[in-house]
Amino acid sequence: MAKKTTKKSNETGWEYAPSLESIGHIDLKESYDLFIDGKWVKPSSGKYFETINPANEKVLAKVAHANEEDVDRAVKAARKAYDTVWSKMPASERAKYIFRIARLMQERARELSVIETLDAGKSIRESRDIDVPLACNHFFYYAGWADKLEYAFPIRDFEPLGVAGQIIPWNFPLLMAAWKIAPALAAGNTVVLKPAETTPLTALKLAEIIELSGLPPGVVNIVTGFGDTGAAIVEHPEVNKVAFTGSTAVGKHIQRAVAGTDKKVTLELGGKSSNIIFEDAPIDQAVEGIVNGIFFNQGHVCCAGSRLFVQESVADLVVRKLKQRMDSLYVGDPLDKNTDIGAINSKEQLEVINKYIKIGIEEGAEMYQPNCEIPSKGYFCKPTLFSNVAQSNVIAQEEIFGPVLTIQTFRTVDEVIQKANNSPYGLAAGVWTDKGSRIFNLTSKLRAGVVWANTYNKFDPASPFGGYKESGFGREGGLHGLRAYVKLK
Amino acid sequence: MQGLKMVLNMIDLTTLEGKDTPGKVKQMCYKAQHLHDAYTGLPTVAAVCVYPSMVGVARKELKGNIVKIASVSTAFPSGQAPMSVKLEDTRFAVSEGADEIDMVISRGKFLAGEYNFVFDEIAAIKEACGKARLKVILETGELSTLDNVRRASDIAIHAGADFIKTSTGKIQPAATMQVTYTMLMAIRDHYDRTGIMIGMKPAGGISTSKLALHNLVMVKEVLGNQWLSNEWFRFGASSLANDVLMQIMKTETGLYQSPDYFSMD
Amino acid sequence: MTRLQVLKTYKIFIGGQFPRTESGRYYSLKGKDDFDIANVCLSSRKDARNAVVAARKAFGSWSERSAFNRGQIVYRIAEMLEGRRSQFIEELQLMGLTAANAAKEVDATVDRIVYYAGWCDKYQQIVSSVNPVASSHFNFSVAEPTGVVGIVAPEESPLLGLVSLLIPAIAGGNTVVLVASEKYPLSAVTLAEVIHSSDVPGGVINIITGTADELVSPLVSHLDVNAMTSAGLSKEMASAMQVQAADNVKRVFNYPAMDWSKASSQGLSMIEDLQEIKTTWHPIENIGGATSSY
Repeated sequence: MAKKTTKKSNETGWEYAPSLESIGHIDLKESYDLFIDGKWVKPSSGKYFETINPANEKVLAKVAHANEEDVDRAVKAARKAYDTVWSKMPASERAKYIFRIARLMQERARELSVIETLDAGKSIRESRDIDVPLACNHFFYYAGWADKLEYAFPIRDFEPLGVAGQIIPWNFPLLMAAWKIAPALAAGNTVVLKPAETTPLTALKLAEIIELSGLPPGVVNIVTGFGDTGAAIVEHPEVNKVAFTGSTAVGKHIQRAVAGTDKKVTLELGGKSSNIIFEDAPIDQAVEGIVNGIFFNQGHVCCAGSRLFVQESVADLVVRKLKQRMDSLYVGDPLDKNTDIGAINSKEQLEVINKYIKIGIEEGAEMYQPNCEIPSKGYFCKPTLFSNVAQSNVIAQEEIFGPVLTIQTFRTVDEVIQKANNSPYGLAAGVWTDKGSRIFNLTSKLRAGVVWANTYNKFDPASPFGGYKESGFGREGGLHGLRAYVKLK
Repeated sequence: MQGLKMVLNMIDLTTLEGKDTPGKVKQMCYKAQHLHDAYTGLPTVAAVCVYPSMVGVARKELKGNIVKIASVSTAFPSGQAPMSVKLEDTRFAVSEGADEIDMVISRGKFLAGEYNFVFDEIAAIKEACGKARLKVILETGELSTLDNVRRASDIAIHAGADFIKTSTGKIQPAATMQVTYTMLMAIRDHYDRTGIMIGMKPAGGISTSKLALHNLVMVKEVLGNQWLSNEWFRFGASSLANDVLMQIMKTETGLYQSPDYFSMD
Repeated sequence: MTRLQVLKTYKIFIGGQFPRTESGRYYSLKGKDDFDIANVCLSSRKDARNAVVAARKAFGSWSERSAFNRGQIVYRIAEMLEGRRSQFIEELQLMGLTAANAAKEVDATVDRIVYYAGWCDKYQQIVSSVNPVASSHFNFSVAEPTGVVGIVAPEESPLLGLVSLLIPAIAGGNTVVLVASEKYPLSAVTLAEVIHSSDVPGGVINIITGTADELVSPLVSHLDVNAMTSAGLSKEMASAMQVQAADNVKRVFNYPAMDWSKASSQGLSMIEDLQEIKTTWHPIENIGGATSSY
């Protein structure tokens, strides 16, 4: 195979040595039970499932599969804790518990990061610098709200909802747990939370932290399992609030399932967010923004900037620079601090992504993937770019949830606004231009819950997040995130 | 449903803007072949309709495809150019790969009564078309009376038009029912006399399924079933396709649709 | 000889015009002793669809109007309604209210509209925020209208009830398709005439009459309707609505039945429920700072 030369072997010089994060200091048990009423209890069915490291397909631990009976126990525990302890406690004391959880998480940040990377496949740099710190900060932010709610809802009567049933996805396991639990507790609710079946470990580690914090039993319950476990939470008559982050299909199912009940619902669902580059944009920064927008967390981001719109006059330049930048991305072991793109979260998801890549090729779009090597074991996908794409392409319409970007070109401001909004989704959007008035024109006309101008994929506990249209309703984060957890009278 | 699918298959998906670019045309060509992939069993449109400078782009995108390429020509939309330019315009479009030519008549000359000029011009362009089919745009919005519409139709037909077409889409009113009816009558009379079929293309202003179906009913009633194919009947439209798609999906799902679910290219 | 009275044809209100229902159907509104008060349009699902199309078309420019201008227009509705006070009182009496109650209803309605007129350029300041994010970004959240809103007029308080749901929706920049109460359609149609003469652009408010059973379902299942509001619906209807609404993740607010004459039936929440919060980020130049600024 002399003719086939890879780019790497062509390069003279320097290959970075692997810089692996140590996994020596983490404490993972062989098997995890359910965290209900402050205790670790065995699932009533006796069933456990395995959670694996998607980067090498090795089993990390066994985790309990909660059924309806277990969920019922968890909800009852949450109800009892709400009635007898949590709703009676002075708000300032509630705040202190949440502060304490935040601090304990910070102290264990390194362990949490490594476990997150092992279980979810995301790069250690991301877990360490983004997911875990943001999760800690989320608790820290909402802790302070607990005894200041009258300032959040001035001159209005409000009360907590009661028991919140929360179902979170696998893309940001610990961070999503924080997004759900922290505001719920601050507003005075108790919680039953189900992490995703492929990424339950950091939620269980959080349960250990919660146990350690001395939070009264039953205030937070963590039940692991599959869709049936989630359905049991949604349908439980004593759950007062359902908060769900995940696919639009499941979100619709939940909306139907709670019909006719008084359950309050917030849904944070799918997206096909546009990232718009104007000719006057700072192109190099924009290219970084595009890369961060779609390849961050392997593209497993509901607000990923998966639809790139580039003004025609700079399209060739942007594509050329983008390809160059993609060539320098390092796909590989998530524990390696060199790694930019880690492992795809699961085999199923890799199959979904590959299906869409195949569709893109069949649709006649031009595909580009850097000539990089990917590990033979584990689930990996090269960063992928499709150009020569129209709005009518399936790959430009459906959420792929992987490192796959489509590029469309546009000519005028009106045209790109129309096309960006021409989607059932409305989660996020990005705008790159140097012109201030144009930024505000776009940020006000794009029908999306989050608009990043000259930046992309930034998150903060103080910043509300959530979508328009089929991307869901309700906000998480910031002052607005509290409203989802109180009843205004 | 059958009618709606027939409408889709008769559309000349059109972009005729000064700001047209290869990017825009490429995207529209994709849409022409993939109207709504979320639903299977839909036809393609009949053709894309572009300016001569964009024919080459469209040809590349539609290589070997059943979707035809129509090019406007003869200094569209005004037609205010010397004959030599109009001929060159037409030859260029054909050489770039246009299957059909949409020419405009000289309305100024027509209104001045110089019918021979108009006739000769159409005949010359027809010759320049070679194998390409010729659609003659009367721009009825400028002809002011139905008598004129009828006379222009007859001239175009006799001069060699394969299709007669109402409008450029740049002038209002465009394809009104009365105008289309008048032109259909001219086609029918010609057919009755000679047995030769001429095609019809209303263009401009037909943006809803309902209007499109009205037109089809009119064709069926005036000309008969044999005209009900894209060989003999076209709609010139840019936004009609999505409205028809919305009606089809409404019929399928029972839910009234939103434009958010249908791609704009 | 006594003069023959000229009777009014009650028509529906779509896109700033008063068409009859496309279905050509009607129902007779009966008064006391079963006498016919009027023929009212028995609108069909196609009227509902046409109304949604009109509302969508009007949404862009209505939502982009300045808040101040929206406030002026809403206030104008109150002015025009006040000017037709006696007509509304008469109509309400025709539909069975006592003279005293009818007068109270109309006065409370005018006051409610004035209340929301004042909110038009203020709620944003209450519900928006500048968010202190930890990175070098300016970050703010603003309220934007949800879009096209379907409203099922309450069956009690023929005028005040529907106005209490309708006005906060448009004050917040949404456009509306309102299904009038089957029992009390007259004041809804006359309100449409008031709206028509109040600088409210065509399509911002659309009012159809008929039965809720027939008209609510095509609205709730319509993929181009973004939200539904109602008050005091039966549990079955509310539940059916929530199920259908899921097809496009529609926001659904079925408020409890309330006494609309009370001040507690108005408030910021009625506006806020039909708003989306949009958060915008922009970097702050930070040369030499440790954080990367893009």
